[in-house]
Amino acid sequence: MRDTITLRVRRSESGDFDEFKVPVQKWTTVLECILHAKQYMDHSIAVRYSCRQATCGSCGMRINGRPALACFTKVSELDSDTITVEPMSNFPIIRDLAVGFDRLFENHHRVRPYLEPGDADAGREHLQSPAELDRYIQFANCIKCGLCNSACPTMATDTTFMGPQALAQAYRYVADSRDAGKDKRLNIIDDSHGIWRCHFAGSCSQVCPKGVDPAMGIQLLRGYMLGFRG
Amino acid sequence: MEPRDENREGLGGMANPGRYGIERVAYWLMRLSGLGLLAYFIGHIYETSSILRGEVGWDELMELTSTTELHIMLVIVIGMCVFHTVNGIRVMLGHGGVGVGRPTRPDYPYTPASQNARHKIAIYSAIVLSAIAMVYGSTVLFGV
Repeated sequence: MRDTITLRVRRSESGDFDEFKVPVQKWTTVLECILHAKQYMDHSIAVRYSCRQATCGSCGMRINGRPALACFTKVSELDSDTITVEPMSNFPIIRDLAVGFDRLFENHHRVRPYLEPGDADAGREHLQSPAELDRYIQFANCIKCGLCNSACPTMATDTTFMGPQALAQAYRYVADSRDAGKDKRLNIIDDSHGIWRCHFAGSCSQVCPKGVDPAMGIQLLRGYMLGFRG
Repeated sequence: MEPRDENREGLGGMANPGRYGIERVAYWLMRLSGLGLLAYFIGHIYETSSILRGEVGWDELMELTSTTELHIMLVIVIGMCVFHTVNGIRVMLGHGGVGVGRPTRPDYPYTPASQNARHKIAIYSAIVLSAIAMVYGSTVLFGV
């Protein structure tokens, strides 16, 4: 087992990588490596993090070229003496590893990510069966970390694409039996830079740290819009 | 609003598709084969339009295109055509929500149901079928 690794951090001001020798143990995460370098070697490294347990979605970055949560990625599973960390692609860089989420949140808000009650629901409970819950609960696990948008090849070239995060959330509410806002939501995503721009590369689902599977949600939603699915 | 530097991967993001698995490789091949077939289509229209110059014009162009290099290119076109067709059927079915799995309560280590074995088999089948078609095309064009 390795006891040190070389951590390469992309710095936004110089555009180059700074290298740090960092001690590691069996369960050391990439985030702990970055924080070690920040605490003992270069306090100017900018990194955003919070919960350290893959719940807040703050520490998304590219780790050895692939988007991942730094707190959820152990050094041992990378099986490499050198770990390269870079800011997530397809997001504006604020500094070093910290990126701006404005566009992700804008697109998230655009799909009306909340239940819209119908007139018939006024004054009574929203009852839901376990089977109805299963239709969307997977997509409710999204922590808005942005890894899916970073991995998406369409996001890499189309500046106006809504992105897998927003589209998967659109499915989450469309599939909810309590929601009466389907038509409004479908009108929003029924756009050439909306749901039709997804080419089903599936990279979003491969990097999702919560098992949301945005590619599935998008295809199911598209099937629903095309009339293949009820 | 001022334009923002989005740090986009751009077309460079399509390099190294293997980091996201065979599905991303299929996406990359689909794009390449689509562009290749578009280029072939334009060339094919130019080639067949030579018939307007009569039999002599047609024979002249046939002579020009009957070279080893262009036969190799035709073999590649055959491969692109077969891959694009087979993978296209897979993608179209997927776009209709067919064969992408059903929502469930995910358990760690989360394996995306949309990237299931059926899709992987379809992608590998597309690659194998295009390879077989290329071999057959080679035997016809080169008379091996």
